[in-house]
Amino acid sequence: MSLKTYREAINEALLQEMQKDENVVVIGEDVAGGAGTNGEQDAWGGVLGVTKGLLKHFGRERIIDTPITETAIMGMASGAALTGLRPVAELMFVDFMGVCFDQILNQTAKFRYMFGGKAVTPLTIRTMYGGGLRAASQHSQCLYPMFTHVPGIKVVLPSNPYDAKGLLIQSIRDNDPVIFMEHKNLYDTSGEVPDESYSIPFGEANFTREGKDITFIAMGQTVDICNKVADTLKKEGKTATVLDLRTLSPLDEDSILEAAEETGKIVIVDESYPRCNIATDISALICQKSFDCLKAGIKMVSPPHTPVPFSPPLEDLYLPSEEKVLNVAKEIL
Amino acid sequence: MQLNREELLKAYQGMCLIREFDDAVHYEFAADAMPGFVHLYVGEEASAMGICMNLNEKDTIASTHRGHGHCIAKGCDVTDMMKELYGKKDGICGGKGGSMHIADLSKGMLGANGIVGGGPPIVLGAALTYKTKKTNNVSVGFFGDGASNQGSISESMNMAAVLKLPAIFVCEDNGYAESTASEYAVGGKILDRGKAFGLDSHEVDGDNFFEVYEISKHVIENARNGKGPALLHIKTSKVYGHFEGDAISYRTKEENERIKNDEDPLKIFKMKVTEAGLLELEQLEKIESEAKSRIKTAIDESKKAEFPTSKDLLTDVYIKY
Repeated sequence: MSLKTYREAINEALLQEMQKDENVVVIGEDVAGGAGTNGEQDAWGGVLGVTKGLLKHFGRERIIDTPITETAIMGMASGAALTGLRPVAELMFVDFMGVCFDQILNQTAKFRYMFGGKAVTPLTIRTMYGGGLRAASQHSQCLYPMFTHVPGIKVVLPSNPYDAKGLLIQSIRDNDPVIFMEHKNLYDTSGEVPDESYSIPFGEANFTREGKDITFIAMGQTVDICNKVADTLKKEGKTATVLDLRTLSPLDEDSILEAAEETGKIVIVDESYPRCNIATDISALICQKSFDCLKAGIKMVSPPHTPVPFSPPLEDLYLPSEEKVLNVAKEIL
Repeated sequence: MQLNREELLKAYQGMCLIREFDDAVHYEFAADAMPGFVHLYVGEEASAMGICMNLNEKDTIASTHRGHGHCIAKGCDVTDMMKELYGKKDGICGGKGGSMHIADLSKGMLGANGIVGGGPPIVLGAALTYKTKKTNNVSVGFFGDGASNQGSISESMNMAAVLKLPAIFVCEDNGYAESTASEYAVGGKILDRGKAFGLDSHEVDGDNFFEVYEISKHVIENARNGKGPALLHIKTSKVYGHFEGDAISYRTKEENERIKNDEDPLKIFKMKVTEAGLLELEQLEKIESEAKSRIKTAIDESKKAEFPTSKDLLTDVYIKY
């Protein structure tokens, strides 16, 4: 066990799985970097350095730099998974799914069903999502509700370094296609991470705080926001439950209902666009299955229904924050 | 001619089976006996057979919405395929795929495809697997003249060239993308697109089985030997319309007659092998009637087969969820 960043935890998961299984290959744009140049051959290691250093262990046959050609990347990774490799494809920013979604939506996600249960597609797609880096409308989206909507793929949102390593190892070992979503604001956060290999099962949400006055349901980066709000409330004499969903598909419905029933006052914090998002989905679930526990209307903290703005004051207004979550919580406490 | 008698018989058997299968589907569909919609391959048989006869069982193909011919040429069972078209539980995909999603991974058939241009990116992956595992296999991606205008095709050819993958891209140009002429919809030449990406590119007469066989043999062997990807632009024509029910009003009577009489790959094959004294007419006619009877059996069995039930609705989405 040692202190590692979210970035280091992901890198270590890749390293260990690639050492363990020679069928694991990494495919993407600049995942090593420097291909075809006279300069450094591991020049980038991914645009934010997450795959840095893997090249020296595995060479260009397994750390595969591609042209900027997302449809071909996603198709190639899917076809490779279907025929015996265990690829980890990187989609640099989740926003770029706009140019290649067909290969996931209509191909990979449906292979198993369309082919009558015969296809096995052990594909992991790593991608970077979320706002806060002043990256504007085409490099800041979440989009995970779109993937959660599609049967046949699994959606994973690690909120901390420990989960990032364990959930990525599970994603790579999993025999279904997985979209593993890394919040770009989390890469430099640190936490205790075991040095050895371990996996965290899908569909098991994590209670990061236990309380009796209010319940926060969070995912990805919003888990940290909710933990901090819970700590603030504690100083004011109120205790909060915080549930980290960890995976959106499969969804741990039992833990969600348990967390809701513990307090009857629920705030769901979701950084994605507010229409048809995870917060509305979970709200509907609680209303259908645990309506009687509710002591107040379910509250949702999400951005407004706009693209992600560029200007720093506008983006700050746009994103969920501790202050917003605290204010909403106080409305029902 | 490099083919021996046995191979010639196999080629004609395959083409006849494709012809009989899709002719039968044409009549069954018109009689309202079949659900969904189907796209028939009649008239293009030499392409599928000419190429697939150069593949082994571990090589793979990805097909199109007009996929029955590719499936049969790659060895899929015609009765299981027919059951699938009727939506039956014992169909090749358990009735969950239908005509446009027939797949049999055990035969190296990675799926027909309902998305125009959807298959070639998947072929890249199979080819990457072969390159990584050094197996000497190849993967072939079929697409039409319509799909040639999709970005997925250009991206796939480029990626295959960059990574030097054992991938063969086969454009079956039957002259029409739905009701639109390829002459209208294709800027420049399809062949030049392959050349532009550095692919070994060939134009092929798709009515002539022997030409398809010879040229595909050459590019497939090169790909197996690490010489990289290729493009075949196969000029062909289809007897029926885009889908069953298409009145084909965009083609003239003369063109329809020409396709049936002068561009029929089965007739051309028959003429060539009998004139050269390689096979006897009697032998060929026997193959034709065997194909007819196999397809009749396939239809009879399919009609009698059971539909899936509510138990089958929720299975096969995930391996574990």
